[in-house]
Amino acid sequence: MTKKQIELSAEDISAVEKPANRARLVKAPEHFISQELIADINANGLDEKRRGFLRKGFMSAVGGAAAGLAAPLAFAAGEGDPAILEKQEWQTTLGKNVATMPYGVPSIYEANLIRRESPGLTRVSAASVAFTPLQGLFGTITPNGLHFERHHQGWYNLNPETHRLMVNGMVKNARVFTMNDLMRLPSVSRTHFIECGANTGLEWGNVAVPTVQYTHGMLSCCEFTGVPLKVLLEECGADLKKGKFLLAEGGDGSGMTRTINLESCLDDTIVAWSMNGEMLRPENGFPLRLVVPGVQGVSWVKWLRRLEVGDMPWNTKDEAVHYIELMPDGMHRQYASIQECKSVITTPSGGQQLLDKGFYNVSGMAWSGRGKIRRVDVSFDGGNNWRQARLETPVLTKSITRFNIDWVWDGSPAILQSRAVDDTGYIQPSIKVLRDLRGNRSIYHNNAIQSWKLDSNGEVSNVQVG
Amino acid sequence: MFKSVNSIARLSLLSLAVLTTQISFAQSTQGSAKFPGIGRNATPAEVMAWDIDVRPDFKGLPKGSGSVEQGQAIWESKCASCHGVFGESNEIFTPIAGGTTTEDVKTGRVASLADRKQPQRTTLMKVPTVSTLWDYIYRAMPWNAPRSLTPDNTYALVAYILSLGEIVPDDFVLSDANIAEVQKKMPNRNGMTRNHGFWSVNGKPDVNGSSCMNNCVKFVQIGSTLPDFARNAHGNIAEQNRQYGPYRGSDSTKPPIAKLPGSSGEGLAHAADTHSSNAKGPAALFKNENCSACHAPNAKLVGPSIADIAAKYQGQSGALDKLMAKVKNGGSGVWGSIPMPPQAQLSDADRKALVEWVLSGGK
Repeated sequence: MTKKQIELSAEDISAVEKPANRARLVKAPEHFISQELIADINANGLDEKRRGFLRKGFMSAVGGAAAGLAAPLAFAAGEGDPAILEKQEWQTTLGKNVATMPYGVPSIYEANLIRRESPGLTRVSAASVAFTPLQGLFGTITPNGLHFERHHQGWYNLNPETHRLMVNGMVKNARVFTMNDLMRLPSVSRTHFIECGANTGLEWGNVAVPTVQYTHGMLSCCEFTGVPLKVLLEECGADLKKGKFLLAEGGDGSGMTRTINLESCLDDTIVAWSMNGEMLRPENGFPLRLVVPGVQGVSWVKWLRRLEVGDMPWNTKDEAVHYIELMPDGMHRQYASIQECKSVITTPSGGQQLLDKGFYNVSGMAWSGRGKIRRVDVSFDGGNNWRQARLETPVLTKSITRFNIDWVWDGSPAILQSRAVDDTGYIQPSIKVLRDLRGNRSIYHNNAIQSWKLDSNGEVSNVQVG
Repeated sequence: MFKSVNSIARLSLLSLAVLTTQISFAQSTQGSAKFPGIGRNATPAEVMAWDIDVRPDFKGLPKGSGSVEQGQAIWESKCASCHGVFGESNEIFTPIAGGTTTEDVKTGRVASLADRKQPQRTTLMKVPTVSTLWDYIYRAMPWNAPRSLTPDNTYALVAYILSLGEIVPDDFVLSDANIAEVQKKMPNRNGMTRNHGFWSVNGKPDVNGSSCMNNCVKFVQIGSTLPDFARNAHGNIAEQNRQYGPYRGSDSTKPPIAKLPGSSGEGLAHAADTHSSNAKGPAALFKNENCSACHAPNAKLVGPSIADIAAKYQGQSGALDKLMAKVKNGGSGVWGSIPMPPQAQLSDADRKALVEWVLSGGK
């Protein structure tokens, strides 16, 4: 290892990492010391010459400023971690002003966690899907910028000043509301999950995608604020005896329409304008969307502009051509709306890499369209033996519940699974049980137990058991 | 892209709506007892303008008619570029026609759905009601110019689609008077079931899992894994995970590492290997400005592919200026009958970057 080699590797790193125009902090470089030098120090101890190489490596790697190491590298006994011993730039200089970023953005070190499309899934981006990076999330709330996207004819930034909601059909008075009107009404705030009916649909036949972002990422959970649907319908004098169905219509190019079964969702459906404390994001329906807890996402009509009360289902395009499930006998299941009890381990999950043996917190999400999560069991041996996981609060109805379980990994291969039970007693089934009944030509409502295989090299991959 | 006749009709409707709105607004507060001052009654013109849905019982269907022949002409100019001349295209969306038989028209069940005779499920194999076709075409088609068809256009297009499936003869004229009769011939009219527990939160699930806790299976068999060739099909997974913390992403551009990386992360992808950040440049612009809704790198979508454009203008002097003007003002006729909408929102610099990028074949 020559001095030149150390400096070269430092240049390589600083050439790639250029966050300077966003923040003055420079990412701590990793691996700027070659394996040879580490081996050399381990074998021969740390003398002044080798110590000089180390120090020089740190300094040049960050352009002359001291910075912490991302991971502890070899250092001599009696010395210590440079991340502790060296003064850091952020301790010794003046930081950024308040409100430098008036509507904040995540740390530059979080740039990898973004919504992503699955390559080749759709041919046109305006009618496509972008998946939430579940592998990087904590708790139960999806950050608004990471809420999954699914559009049928592209999204627009609708002008809230000219947006109108019309309620018509079997009502005493067909009425029109502006956003000013709606936001004056008594509102509720409730936390619910939204899951696309096709979530995990790619996996009906076999393993198709590598990570939990693509297997389960058409799933988000937010606190929604809006006026209960029931309040609006009563205000318009809706005939709720004969009018058993509701048509919700969007203001996008597809004029997205869905029939809502009033019997099962009149009590908790919300006409919502807010998500996690801010207005809805445009790609999630700004300024108004329907929130239909427990029901597949397509019914949560975005850019909501019309509600029509009626006495029969409408059989719209997405109710007759898509969002129907093909059973083995050739019949299509229509109006399959409820998202049944489901769970998935998110850390570790497919495409991830464990660093070493030892203790890990294994964590995941569980949810049910029919109620609350009662318990979650986790298996580390492909479903042979199960242990009950800890449910974290809050445990809310039709919402994501976070579960955690302690695990000491001994380095041998393992298959991790989670299995959720809801308060109706329904137990999440295996993929085999689902396929035995429904075949493998469905797209929607795959709520099977997910298996992640952990190899002895620490790499986790997507597999199906059975 | 509304026809001018339509625009005039819409304009007069609009002015009528403004007038009646003002009249009804004065009366509107009477509509609300519980929340005075909130909302107002809708005018008849407003309800008419928005309440365009058509149900399976044809409530909401406007009067009108259209022939198969008329439908074919509209189809070829507005629909065939995405759906194929015979509704057979699987390039962008799934095919519209195909897979149904005259026997299916008799039984109301598409037989090939049960025995996998057809590799694809076409629209006509699935849709049980003709109202569905009418409603969707009228509200949302053509894909890049929704709400630009008249009721008569829509009748004609539906007639043409039905003729492709041999549900109606080639000389058929579909109208509000005979559409209910046609619905009785839909090949999959008896192919839908609501006899399942998914329509209501109180419904009965069709399956249930096991609550076994110990020694539940004799042996664990892995039935399916991601094939090796697909390891990098979703890009470098290392870039899709945190680069710190206990769970890193594996570098899917390389084969799996041989051993555990250890706490230093030795052997894992790191900052020097990966470069995820906010993508900039013409490729990102192309996507963000929705150019990709109509143009793909190598395949014809609604518009020509980037490769085709690059090939056509290769070596032509003045191509840059010509295409920059076309992007700004829109154009039609060069690549077929679907016009390119104007993209006036782009800055000159962005427009130039985009066109140069397209002319280079998207390199």
